[in-house]
Amino acid sequence: MLALIPLLPFVGFLVNSTLGRRLPKSVSGGLASLAMVLSFLVAASSVWQLVGMNPAERAVEQTLYTWIASGDFTVDVAFRLDPLSAVMLLVITGIGSLIHIYSTAYMHDEGDSEFARYFSYLNLFAAFMLVLVLGASFPVMFVGWEGVGLCSYLLIGFWFKKKSAADAGKKAFVVNRIGDYAFILGMLALFARFGTLDFQTIAARVGAMPVETGFGIISIATLLLFVGATGKSAQIPLYTWLPDAMEGPTPVSALIHAATMVTAGVYMIGRNAVLFSHAPETMGIVAVIGAATALMAGTIGLVQNDIKRVLAYSTVSQLGLMFLAMGVGAFGAGIFHLYTHAFFKALLFLGSGAVIHALHGEQDIRNMGGLRKFLPVTYWTFVIGSLALAGFPGLAGFFSKDEVLFETFAHGHTLLWVMGALTSLLTATYMGRLVFLTFWGERRSASAKATVDKHDAPGHSAHDAHGHSGHGDTHGAPHDAPPAMAFVLVVLAIGSVLAGYIGVPHALGGHNQLATWLAPSFAAPAVAGGEVAEAAEGAGGAEAGGEEALELTLMAVSSGIAIAGIAVACFIWVMRRELAASMATSFAPIHRLLLNKYYVDEIYDASVVHPLSAVSREGLWKVVDIGLIDGAVNGVASIVDGSAAALRRLQTGSVRTYASSIFVGVVLVLGYYLWR
Amino acid sequence: MPETLSFYALAGLAVVASALVIGQRNPMYSVMMLIASFAGLAGLYILLDAPFVAMAQIIIYAGAIMVLFLFVVMLLNAPQEDGADWDRTHPLRRPGVARVGALLATLLVVQLAWALNAATGLSAGVGERTDAATVSSIRALGRMLFNDHGFAFEATSILILVAMVGAVVLARREGES
Amino acid sequence: MIPLSHYLIVSVLLFAIGSAGVFLRRNLITILLSVEIMLNAVNLSFVAFGRAAGDLNGQIITFFVMTVAAAEAAVGLALVIALFRHRESLNPDAFTSLKW
Repeated sequence: MLALIPLLPFVGFLVNSTLGRRLPKSVSGGLASLAMVLSFLVAASSVWQLVGMNPAERAVEQTLYTWIASGDFTVDVAFRLDPLSAVMLLVITGIGSLIHIYSTAYMHDEGDSEFARYFSYLNLFAAFMLVLVLGASFPVMFVGWEGVGLCSYLLIGFWFKKKSAADAGKKAFVVNRIGDYAFILGMLALFARFGTLDFQTIAARVGAMPVETGFGIISIATLLLFVGATGKSAQIPLYTWLPDAMEGPTPVSALIHAATMVTAGVYMIGRNAVLFSHAPETMGIVAVIGAATALMAGTIGLVQNDIKRVLAYSTVSQLGLMFLAMGVGAFGAGIFHLYTHAFFKALLFLGSGAVIHALHGEQDIRNMGGLRKFLPVTYWTFVIGSLALAGFPGLAGFFSKDEVLFETFAHGHTLLWVMGALTSLLTATYMGRLVFLTFWGERRSASAKATVDKHDAPGHSAHDAHGHSGHGDTHGAPHDAPPAMAFVLVVLAIGSVLAGYIGVPHALGGHNQLATWLAPSFAAPAVAGGEVAEAAEGAGGAEAGGEEALELTLMAVSSGIAIAGIAVACFIWVMRRELAASMATSFAPIHRLLLNKYYVDEIYDASVVHPLSAVSREGLWKVVDIGLIDGAVNGVASIVDGSAAALRRLQTGSVRTYASSIFVGVVLVLGYYLWR
Repeated sequence: MPETLSFYALAGLAVVASALVIGQRNPMYSVMMLIASFAGLAGLYILLDAPFVAMAQIIIYAGAIMVLFLFVVMLLNAPQEDGADWDRTHPLRRPGVARVGALLATLLVVQLAWALNAATGLSAGVGERTDAATVSSIRALGRMLFNDHGFAFEATSILILVAMVGAVVLARREGES
Repeated sequence: MIPLSHYLIVSVLLFAIGSAGVFLRRNLITILLSVEIMLNAVNLSFVAFGRAAGDLNGQIITFFVMTVAAAEAAVGLALVIALFRHRESLNPDAFTSLKW
């Protein structure tokens, strides 16, 4: 039954990729969405089955067949559903279905074959992502890991005739690949140490080992796995592909680069919680990188002018917070934030898609404004999403972000907590900026600018121009989202409000059901029940009385930060508009630095890409390929040619010469025998 | 004593005549000299108690093969050695070539002489070991030829047939049937 | 009694003369004649060795050598005639069409 969950979208892929061209859009789109909805229903029923089981042994397994059998080493194609993968499953299939429905309206202007191609890729992505979370061993997970990377490339570069889109797709794939290389090395290290790549087996064996001090094989293996995660989940140093990935259609950004694929890294660490908690060195690195990424991305997001790019950096930032949680050992908190983030980030992306759709391709927020009059549904859902992201009390994001920060502080990482808090402030501020500039005030487009194709950020004009050129609304007022899109936006908005309530902490009187639900997944298997709570988890169990007071205090601080951030944004961008401009000029170098993303892309280009390309061109191509290999082959040919030219002069045609050579031969042979 | 004398005489005839064969300009004279050389060889064979071989030498070699050569020489009206102009300036006519040839021939003689020196048992007299009668009996020769070497004998006859046909074909004038 | 070595020396001399003739003469017929000289030299040594060993095989070999020499002379002369018709020359250096 579990196999059905990834199988349904895969069938959708097969149908759409082969027959899709000839099907009308309603059929191909409907089929794809239906596959996802069915998958969701199967997933839901499987999870329901799980709910009815005893918490200590909450797992459903299904083995399809043996994939690799080599000596002692076997890898089965096996799926395993446990509390952690249940959460992921519902997020992927649920939000995935919604996004499929949204796409049927959003991508409507495409041709039939393009439409079908889009949905085939989207279904394929869903299938792979489901394999990733259901996999019971590293190799199966890695199949999904690579597969989603492939689909990401295909979807980012969906409008491949546009050079920037094709380049962005390539960049995503290549950077991911670097991470994947580290991931493979990590797998090899684990195999070397444990002789198996099955999650349960590894967790059982590691659980029986003491926590590693210093940098041993487990730390190295987990560090390599984490590098793979930085590639997939866009952390320092491999995050540079995510902002460029905004070249893809907006629903793709919502699904892949907000809700699901980029969370794969977080999921991977959660899946291997026991392993990671035995490697404190790596955990420390994870936490630091998470916090640093969060802060850095937040600062960049503050000054970006493309609506999708702000959201992209926001995603990177929030992922950083998730990794921060995982790094300090709060695996449950990290997954909680992943889950709520999926809701409101998808909502925000889809909302921005509605805005772009209404403005016929305009993405620069400096050319927007006053849209709340024309796009009410979009506006209100967008506001809910932004508040949730900012951590406004009562909404989903508040609970999850608060738990992350609380756990960080409770585990003693004060500096990291400060970074997290600053990130929250920045988040609230830039989201406020985004809302105010996009929806409030007066429309700034057609009047002020002759063309609207001016962008600051060099070379990255990310229009997902679906057939329209990007001008302002010269024909009447912008129209709000069509029904399919509006429906999805509303559902996600409801989710953004309510989703957090399954994780209400004890301090506020809730039961934090999510943490309890997830706990068995983070515990070492084959261990007596008493240790379940202790193994690697900090949710729920760490809340004794004094802690509750601390939590409440921190909660108040987070709320204050959120409100303060929104207030600052309101002040600058609503009341004193000119302040933004004057700040930009007086702090011009900093502003430029942030606008150009700390020049990281340029640094990578100069330090890695150019040297490599130079080595390839000058060294490997000219010297090795042309010089050595071609030279050897041509050399052999010319040697043969030359020696043949020399040898043929023996054919003088003169009989006497031949006779004399025979004679000479006789003399020589005779002489040789005489000598002996 | 008479044996030794006749040996030296016949041997001398054979060698000198051969030397003259290759020294003559006119091929007609070369053929004549070669016949003389064969005569000397026949004598040597008689000294070696091989009368059949001696007769065969005269009849076949001097009688048939040399006559064939004579016919061809007369048929072709073979010209003298110095032919066309181009021949005079041919690279192989340069003196160096002749000197190399002479050198190689001398080398060969030296080597063979050396071989002879190194070999043993050669100083014994040629007829010491066996009685002349066993070696020169034609009956014995015939028997051996047809019994032990029957196959070679037949093969040789086929060879002669082939050679005959080949010669006729090769020497045919073009256009003749 | 004449020692074997004497006969062999004669044979050597004849062989050397024959080879020099093949190399040095510029007349096809004379070259063929030199080949005959070489064959005879070999015949002589065979008979001499046969006599010294008391073996009749030496003479039998001579028999075959003579037969083959006859066949070879016939064919060789036929070739010479054919060649002469082509080039009007008996000089081997005139026939160099098969060069590189």
